Parts: sequence; C-alpha cells; structure tokens
Amino acid sequence: MKLVYFAWVRERVGKTDEQVALPEGIETVADLVRWLKGRGEEYEYAFENEGIVRAAVDHVHVKPDARIAGAQEVAFFPPMTGG
Amino acid sequence: MTASIRIQAEPFDAAGETAVLTRGRAEIGAVVAFTGLCRDEGGRLAALELEHYPGMAEAEIGRIAEEAQTRWPLLGLTIIHRFGRIRPGEEIVLVLAASAHRQAAFEAASFLMDYLKTHAPFWKREHLKDGTVGAWVEAKEADDRAAERWR
Repeated sequence: MKLVYFAWVRERVGKTDEQVALPEGIETVADLVRWLKGRGEEYEYAFENEGIVRAAVDHVHVKPDARIAGAQEVAFFPPMTGG
Repeated sequence: MTASIRIQAEPFDAAGETAVLTRGRAEIGAVVAFTGLCRDEGGRLAALELEHYPGMAEAEIGRIAEEAQTRWPLLGLTIIHRFGRIRPGEEIVLVLAASAHRQAAFEAASFLMDYLKTHAPFWKREHLKDGTVGAWVEAKEADDRAAERWR
C-alpha cells in the first residue's frame, strides 16, 4: 500500500510517500495511524494530536473508522487551507 | 452540463474565462464570478506557497461541482485553482457559476467557495518579506462553520 503525506504532516514524517506492507489486524485508518506511531518518533510527532490529521483513501476523504482493505493509496494531511 | 475544472500553476484571466463560459449561451441570465486573491497581510507577506494533492484535487473539486449541480439549476460552471508560489495581488482561485437567474448563481458560487476552502486538498504556507519561511496557514473554524451551513 502506498502512503502519501502533505504539508506539515509530510515535513514531520520526513518523506512525501512510501510503500508499506501492513501486518495482520490493520483494518481501519485509525489502526494504520496507531501502527505508524509505533514506527518512530517522526510518526509520533506527525500524529501527536489525535483528530487533527485528516485522511483520504484513494482520493476520497474518510473518517478514522474507514476500512482500508484493498486501498491503493492512503493520504494523511492537515486540515485544508485552499481557496 | 459539464463543469470546467482546472488545477494549474499559471495565472488566469477571470474576464476571459467568463467570456468563454457565456459565448453563444443566450439562455444564461446570470454569472457570478468569485476571484480569491493573495493578500499581503499588512505588508508582511512576500508570497504564498500552495501545495496540493495532484489527482485528489481534481477529483474532490469534481465531486463538489457535482454536488452544486444537484442543488442548483446551473447552466455553466468554471473552477480554477492555482498552486505553487503566488505573490500578493495575484489570483488564487476562480469560481464562475452561471444560471438563468441570479439567486442560483449567487448561492452556488458561495457554496462552492465554502467547500473548496474546507474540502479541496490544498495547503498554504507563508513566505515572508524578511526572507524567512513562515508557518503553514491554519484552518479557520469560521470556514468550517461556513461549510456546515449548507448541510
């Protein structure tokens, strides 16, 4: 699965994207965040405030309880400030 | 009706886009044009840097445009959102909403901007006149509330 990061989430994680092989039991966006936070302090920092970082699965906004089975790309980013 | 949606680094010409939208379309009685500009924030700002999520930006704006078309009887819709480095005084975003009558055009343009600000995957960062890179612009609660009122 491809993970992509934007804005200050990207800066905190220290990369724009990465391929990950998820272990068994990672079923939702919230599970994925929990797993990422265990991978290192850069992820801990990026996701330190639960509920701030937004997610999209295959280019569609989702909530933390969204399932990620079969997803090609999961994105994490701050609240949007376009327009 | 197919909305014209473009995500681009280049500047755009709001008057030219309006002419393209309305040419030969005598059934259109109203066009509301909204242009969002880069402010200088009291002279502090050298430029805004707009990051976006290629692919999702187009997809999400497409979904917002479809939602607008289900809510109002629109006859034309143009949405242009720029990315990259944008200096004070330059345009950032354009929404053109065309309809037979003004109310649908006004409301659709307002809805589209409220949703673009809160749902389109773009992020602004400030570059300051003193040469430093400022902070990422924080999302405003007022923008969330503005989007909420369309629910």
